Amino acid sequence: MVKKIRILIAKPGLDGHDRGAKYIARALKDAGYEVIYTGIRQTPEAISRTAIQEDVDFVGLSLLSGAHRELFPRVVQLLRSANADDIVVFGGGVIPESDIPYLKENGLAAIFTPGTAISEIITFLENTSAKGQA
Amino acid sequence: MPVNAELEQLKQAWEQGLLKKTLVRNPESKPEFTTGSWLPIERVALPSLTTTAEYCEKLGFPGEYPFTRGVQPTMYRGRLWTMRQYAGFGTAEESNTRYKYLLKQGQTGLSIAFDLPTQIGYDSDDPHSTGEVGKVGVAIDTLHDMEILFDGIPLDKVSTSMTINAPAAILLAMYLAVAEKQGIPRAQLNGTIQNDILKEYVARGTYIFPPKPSLRLITNIFEYCTREVPKWNTISISGYHIREAGATAVQEIAFTLCDGIEYVKTALAAGMDVDQFADRLSFFFNAHNDLLEEIAKFRAARRIWAKIMKTKFQAKNPKSMMLRFHTQTAGSTLTAQQSDNNIVRVTLQTLAAVLGGTQSLHTNSRDEALGLPTEESVRVALRTQQIVAFESGVTNSVDPLAGSYIIEELTDRIETEAWQYIDRIEELGGMVNAIEQGYVQKEIQDAAYRYQQEIENQTRVIVGVNRFMVEEELPQDILRVDPHLQEVQITKLHQVKEQRDNLAVKTCLEAIRRAARQSETNLMPFLISAVRAYASLGEICGVLREEFGEYRESIVL
Repeated sequence: MVKKIRILIAKPGLDGHDRGAKYIARALKDAGYEVIYTGIRQTPEAISRTAIQEDVDFVGLSLLSGAHRELFPRVVQLLRSANADDIVVFGGGVIPESDIPYLKENGLAAIFTPGTAISEIITFLENTSAKGQA
Repeated sequence: MPVNAELEQLKQAWEQGLLKKTLVRNPESKPEFTTGSWLPIERVALPSLTTTAEYCEKLGFPGEYPFTRGVQPTMYRGRLWTMRQYAGFGTAEESNTRYKYLLKQGQTGLSIAFDLPTQIGYDSDDPHSTGEVGKVGVAIDTLHDMEILFDGIPLDKVSTSMTINAPAAILLAMYLAVAEKQGIPRAQLNGTIQNDILKEYVARGTYIFPPKPSLRLITNIFEYCTREVPKWNTISISGYHIREAGATAVQEIAFTLCDGIEYVKTALAAGMDVDQFADRLSFFFNAHNDLLEEIAKFRAARRIWAKIMKTKFQAKNPKSMMLRFHTQTAGSTLTAQQSDNNIVRVTLQTLAAVLGGTQSLHTNSRDEALGLPTEESVRVALRTQQIVAFESGVTNSVDPLAGSYIIEELTDRIETEAWQYIDRIEELGGMVNAIEQGYVQKEIQDAAYRYQQEIENQTRVIVGVNRFMVEEELPQDILRVDPHLQEVQITKLHQVKEQRDNLAVKTCLEAIRRAARQSETNLMPFLISAVRAYASLGEICGVLREEFGEYRESIVL
């Protein structure tokens, strides 16, 4: 049997807007993935620890407060320094278009902004998995 | 329900005749029509009020119980609503400049946005604050920042609303200290603190302490302000964020009024008389897209609250029964795609708020799905209010849609459904228990999920997102907060800490600790002494965290 893709949906920083994160978590679960949701106000350290302990394939970060430039790359760095760079990190939230190249240079595999259809995220997960990147 | 049997018969005849023929030739576009929150809505509504007694019971006159038609006898003929744009970012200096700009543009009240570390009681140099300093609002560490924030703004001339919850008592203490320095008596201060912790647990997330000590802080504020700051609105019981989290219109008002019930109960349990504090309670609602449903929602909320205060809590003063509210247009309806369309959405939402009888209003800017709004887009948002106020004519008559068959029917329906939730939550042992059991969160999340699924499967049309799309370049020129701001703010904080009397600070913090341990003691005077001595927000909250503990979210998916 093929191993189910495991995804951690996480809310780094102090932002409490969790409608998007919870929607994505539930929609991915309904689509057949194994999904863990951290709850709000997690430090990057706690997120990378959970990702490793739970042996996930993907970490999806959601942030609407504007602290993504600091906090998203930090999660990637922590995973790398724990030799867990096989875990693919993607992000979403209110992210200005002009920040996306910076985040991708710093290890984010994809950024999904408001209005993204869930099918687009699923396509990303499947393509990345098929390429053996996760 | 229409009670006029004759009219009902005529309607049936019409349905069997002309309507039937029409539907055969031209079927309607969908089998069922509902409001944005899935309330069934009639094709053609009929009058529901037939007698004078019924009119008086359900609507009454403006300024009179049950306040369905508004809390003031003249409403906007007397005075327009307060135009109050929520703003704040970066340092106190930058925000001060924005406030002065807004006042110059004709805004009539200030609304302070604090950054997340301030809202959660962390100083700018706390590790938890990394990346968040000055982002969603202004960073306040000590009284020094607050002095800069209001520099050149006479506090007896403006009314100030502060979106601050868990540490509301401390920020209020700082505001009082600034007023003191400006030489303004507390009794002249006008304003509001949000101070609504219950909705933080379910929808907004900036909680610090568990419910019990949080409710104590809120009651301490009620008691203190009743004596010392009588014109202050001590709480803004907020449905806004509950709606933003995905709740329906009915859930928004039902859960908010349940929060209100909990605060009233807590204050009564602390020995206060209901008419001592209830007239200072204020509310905060969301104006969403469905114009008819939203207007009905505001009217229903006023009627329910009046009944709760009169019958459940035996208030005697009519002012204790008035639901006065601030409104903000729904941020979650803004789209990143074709963002100028948001101006139109905000206009409709403004109309809903005004036709629903709001006391003050914030209109969102078109670019807020992209980032912080620019000065230009904030001006357009304010102009939207001014156009509705001065050009549309809707302000000329009080509660102008009263008597519209569908508005009255929706008002009744929303009231009925809201009571069902209110009763259910009472059965669960009140709002604190309902939250701890995850009931409220689950109800909201189910509605949010359904809403989003409808967007995904295109049964709910969002113009520019799932229909009428275009290829477009997303704008690059958005307002950015200086990335060095955290360092600047930390330097400022450290300077204050060097210059203040650290022994005095220590004494004040210990006094707060002792007062916190005595549950009968009002903390406000101790907090005021500490902020005057330039104790930082993080230091004060640190002591309270040690004494009160911290709330942990119960995750419901």
